[in-house]
Amino acid sequence: MAYLDHAASTPVLPEALAATTEALALTGNASSLHASGRRARRLVEESREAVAAAVGARPSEVVFTAGGTESDNLAVKGLFWARRAADPRRTRVLASAVEHHAVLDAVEWLVAHEGAQVTWVPVDELGRVHPAALRDAIGSGEDVALVSVMWANNEVGTVQPVQDLAEVAHERGIPFHTDAVQAVGALAVDVAESGVDALSLSGHKLGGPPGAGALVLGRDVSCTPLLHGGGQERDVRSGTLDVPALVGLAAATTLATARRKETAERLAELRDALVAGVHRVVPDAVLNGDPVDRLPGNAHFGFPGCEGDSLLMLLDAQGIEVSTGSACTSGVARPSHVLVAMGQDEVRARGSLRFSLGHTSTAADVDELLAALPAVVERARRVGVR
Amino acid sequence: MRLLAAMSGGVDSAVAAALAVDAGHDVTGVHLALAEAPATLRTGSRGCCSREDARDAARAADVLGIPFYVWDLAAEFRASVVADFLAEYAAGRTPNPCLRCNEKVKFTAVLDRALALGFDGVVTGHHARLVDGVLSRSVDLAKDQSYVLAVLTPAQLAATVLPLGELTKDEVRALARRRGLGVADKPDSHDICFIADGDTAGFLRDHLGEQPGPVVDALSGAVVGSHTGAYAYTVGQRRGLDLRVPAADGRPRYVLSVEPVSRTVTVGPAEALEVRTVRTGPPVWSSPRALPLGCVVQLRAHGMVHDCTVAPSGEGWAIALGTPARGVAPGQAAVLYDGDQVLGSATVVGAQ
Repeated sequence: MAYLDHAASTPVLPEALAATTEALALTGNASSLHASGRRARRLVEESREAVAAAVGARPSEVVFTAGGTESDNLAVKGLFWARRAADPRRTRVLASAVEHHAVLDAVEWLVAHEGAQVTWVPVDELGRVHPAALRDAIGSGEDVALVSVMWANNEVGTVQPVQDLAEVAHERGIPFHTDAVQAVGALAVDVAESGVDALSLSGHKLGGPPGAGALVLGRDVSCTPLLHGGGQERDVRSGTLDVPALVGLAAATTLATARRKETAERLAELRDALVAGVHRVVPDAVLNGDPVDRLPGNAHFGFPGCEGDSLLMLLDAQGIEVSTGSACTSGVARPSHVLVAMGQDEVRARGSLRFSLGHTSTAADVDELLAALPAVVERARRVGVR
Repeated sequence: MRLLAAMSGGVDSAVAAALAVDAGHDVTGVHLALAEAPATLRTGSRGCCSREDARDAARAADVLGIPFYVWDLAAEFRASVVADFLAEYAAGRTPNPCLRCNEKVKFTAVLDRALALGFDGVVTGHHARLVDGVLSRSVDLAKDQSYVLAVLTPAQLAATVLPLGELTKDEVRALARRRGLGVADKPDSHDICFIADGDTAGFLRDHLGEQPGPVVDALSGAVVGSHTGAYAYTVGQRRGLDLRVPAADGRPRYVLSVEPVSRTVTVGPAEALEVRTVRTGPPVWSSPRALPLGCVVQLRAHGMVHDCTVAPSGEGWAIALGTPARGVAPGQAAVLYDGDQVLGSATVVGAQ
């Protein structure tokens, strides 16, 4: 059994599990005025401070959400609405062509329902967004509502020059959002230093419980809410706060960032062994993404002549769990928009697998994969590509 | 054996997979995504391609504790079933898309892929039996699907497991309930899965365009009406003809033939529908026999059988019927049976 899909979800850290479980036993709505409510609110605010400290933000900038998708939707739609309300010319959204669906589909929704225009900022063959390409796409910028470029890509692992890109957006006074769901806990993420105006993070990608996340939103950044109600989170987000999940999110974010350097070094070494091993046992496998500026736990390969679906199924049958890219509700595989944006054709794009390592990964996991892979690839080649 | 269970999300395929598991096989479930843009929810008895069906299939696999995947075969389905369906109607014939799907998708694309992946065969929820490798009717004659499986070759049948053939539909549902399968009481699917609203004529019109032409009376030779597309008519059809000139004898008229080039639909009295000889294209023998051969033939899904004598004719068969058949439409399959055993299948090309 080898779990090589930490980018989909990574095991909950024991400390986060303990913190969440303990908080689950407590009664109290963080908005209530009595002692139980105050106890809950205290846990929420301590969690907020912990998350803020972990990512170089101020506590007042942390807006808790139900996860990465909500954070991305709130940032994209909320910034768009607020910016357009301030100046009706601002109807254009700029986003990289390799964004997660939570950003991609939110932008498409604005185009379909809110009269937005979109400019997809291109990437190079390694999946990188170049500051010059962003500057070109912005143009005079007076019609631009926001720019959204992810910190690190969830499929191919390429890390973007977020600080440089945020600077380019700021040249024209445009707010910059980054989906840092894969980055927090894996890379050095410092909101203040990066200059980003909004940053999405998600608990279950860094060892916290699922269903909890945050949008780190600069205090002077105007954002129209998606969810209306009690206005619990800075009036930008309503809904009774999930105290146990937030306590777990805080514990996990604190630990993951505190241990980040040593974990990243260990995972990068393991990942490099995996990459070298795959090249050794399947010589024509092609590593996708930036070979240097990439997530420490990410290895993404194209296997010519194979379908990712076949490879996944054959590995799954041997207890080796990997991904063909990002999961989709219907379970139907589509060629990855990320690989297509990187210039790959559909057939090549369909023959890809992502191996992602995390805090519980060991050399034995990599060995298990490398032992199984040659026969699996050989069989998948017999199945062929439709 | 390592078996791949094709799971539509319906009760039959779920129980078939369950029986394969119970028989000790190593079973993996797959749901075939056949629609390009699947509807989210299922409506009534139509279709098997919604996301809800995929979820139902996944839930059945969960209950059985077997691995489950979705295979996207929309391109294959479009190319070999939907395109064939349209081309056949455009050519004045009456296709059977379920048969084509079995032939080209389920037991070719899926079976080939399964074998290549290292499976020993596929298991499906069709109501038919394999008796010592010979395809036979289900014990539930009302649900029997041997007609749409008769197009399979012996090699395909050899890699197929049909666990439901000894069970009636009621028994299948009872088994599903006993196994805790949520689809136990899900309505049967019928109609054509890719025509979501059930409006076949509308589907054909949308895809083939309006092609107006005359409706001609076979007896008088007179033009008695018009139509907007000959493809919407099937031999034997009586309803929806909208004829302006009544028949001389006042009796109902039926579609006798559809001629696509001149776009002529010919109508006539019921007895003119009667045929005694059916000619076919090249056959697929699931249980090869020498010709000439006395046996029975079924000429449409859920149709009656006719005693017949089969002789070679060109690449196919000339089937002399013991009792006349009505409304034999080119494009349908003529399936030969010896009792419950399927002997072979061929596509009807003409009848007189």
